[in-house]
Amino acid sequence: MTVQIGIQPISAARRIKDRLVQVLVYLAFALAVIPLVSVLWLVVKNGIGRFDLEFLTHSMRNIGARDAGGGAYHAIIGTLEQVLLASLIAVPIGLLTAVYLVEYGEGGRLSRIISFFVDVMTGVPSVVSGLFVLAFWILVLGMPFSGFAGALALSILMMPVVVRSAEEMLRLVPRELREASYALGVPKWRTIVKVVLPTAFTGIVTGVMLAVARVAGETAPLLLTVFITDSINTDPFNGPQMGLPLYVFDQAGRPTDTAIDRAWTGALTLILIVMLLNLVARLITWWRSPARRR
Amino acid sequence: MAKQIEVAGLDAYYGSHKAIEGISMTIEPRSVTAFIGPSGCGKSTFLRTLNRMHEVIPGARVEGKVRLEEQDLYGADVDPVSVRRTIGMVFQRPNPFPTMSIFDNVAAGLRLNGRHSRSELEDVVEESLKGANLWNEVKDRLNKPGAGLSGGQQQRLCIARAIAVRPQVLLMDEPCSALDPISTLAIEDLISQLKQDYTIVIVTHNMQQAARVSDKTAFFNLAAQGQPGKLVEMDETSKIFTNPAEKATEDYITGRFG
Repeated sequence: MTVQIGIQPISAARRIKDRLVQVLVYLAFALAVIPLVSVLWLVVKNGIGRFDLEFLTHSMRNIGARDAGGGAYHAIIGTLEQVLLASLIAVPIGLLTAVYLVEYGEGGRLSRIISFFVDVMTGVPSVVSGLFVLAFWILVLGMPFSGFAGALALSILMMPVVVRSAEEMLRLVPRELREASYALGVPKWRTIVKVVLPTAFTGIVTGVMLAVARVAGETAPLLLTVFITDSINTDPFNGPQMGLPLYVFDQAGRPTDTAIDRAWTGALTLILIVMLLNLVARLITWWRSPARRR
Repeated sequence: MAKQIEVAGLDAYYGSHKAIEGISMTIEPRSVTAFIGPSGCGKSTFLRTLNRMHEVIPGARVEGKVRLEEQDLYGADVDPVSVRRTIGMVFQRPNPFPTMSIFDNVAAGLRLNGRHSRSELEDVVEESLKGANLWNEVKDRLNKPGAGLSGGQQQRLCIARAIAVRPQVLLMDEPCSALDPISTLAIEDLISQLKQDYTIVIVTHNMQQAARVSDKTAFFNLAAQGQPGKLVEMDETSKIFTNPAEKATEDYITGRFG
């Protein structure tokens, strides 16, 4: 047998291995996409029928059990208010926590404890956060069922997601930028506000949007804190509200076809709202990005 | 404007590791002082102790005295932020703020330290960019992002940013090591100009560069890996490169080690 010297062609075994792995990767991709596409397809197919002006502008007040028509206006308002309030609570706290962990904690004992509890919070089942608000806010403090109570429960779920994603983004900001700012005689807090946060802005917004998307679809905590109503209640601090996930849950449990159709359309609306919010966030980050000015 | 720096018995630590030991020297105003020595001998660490940038690294601390014209920079009531405002720094890798335009980068030091009128900022930015020999190249695109410039231009932008706050001393940590020869030449010319107004300290691995730009040269070395770095000798640059007092300096300069 002659020993070949120099550049050789790719051996057949490597070629086959390459093909095999390629096929496996594509297969895995397809498997991952199938459920996603089928969910979207089902929701659009079943929901598009009732996706009309009446659905978007009317509540379920005075709609009889067998009546067609009715809409999710009250649920859309509820979801928007609850998610907004939850974000107003969770984003500042989460962001400040992340800033502490990255800029001030320096791996000390307090930052390790915070990190640990953020991990614990990530694992809290959503129904538990609802139960907590029910037990503490509504039963002990005697507050009414309200959109705000729901927002409290949602903010508990949002906070760890915001902390983790913001922390990752802040750690990505190169040390050199902070040092450049310090070397100009800029105090640390100003460096964080004017240099570190703007540099990480795009990533932080993406993280916040992920957190919003995660809580917008939560049903269990709302069930225990917001309760359910068929009427429009624009005041998130008083009285039961509705939310789109609750609406879907409520309608899907009713025995008529018209209700089931409304449930599908509610799900479609929820997906569209989350998509819209994502689009807005993309626009904000694009508008703020340096690439735009190049 | 330019001031003298006097260092006495300075040690610097990273946690429990002593990085440099017992350094004393005087850095003259309106001159260029170069630090040379093998990697890891503590040149950069020493440079960073001069404007209290060393201590921004977690666990890092300094012992000893650094005086800027009789004022102890490590005194108990001295604000490190004001020290850094007085003693500016240019880093090894150009690090313009990526979210800011060229104008905002140069104005950053002033803007982040208080309110200034637009016209005042415009004057300072133009003057600083001219001082850094960058004005003609960027005057038509001041509101384009600073990160869009070439490496050499970015480094000159960083120098403009550093001199915009009117420091009395300018520290440069291997400012040309990431640049091509033409950009390096531009920066060296700039250093020769800047020394009319500033006290300049430059760390370099390039011996020709030290010989070209500096008036005085300090040679740092360490006895062995893991040992703290020490100042071997400091003298007129011409003397260090032709007739050094220490054998180690001669060996390093002639390329026998390091």
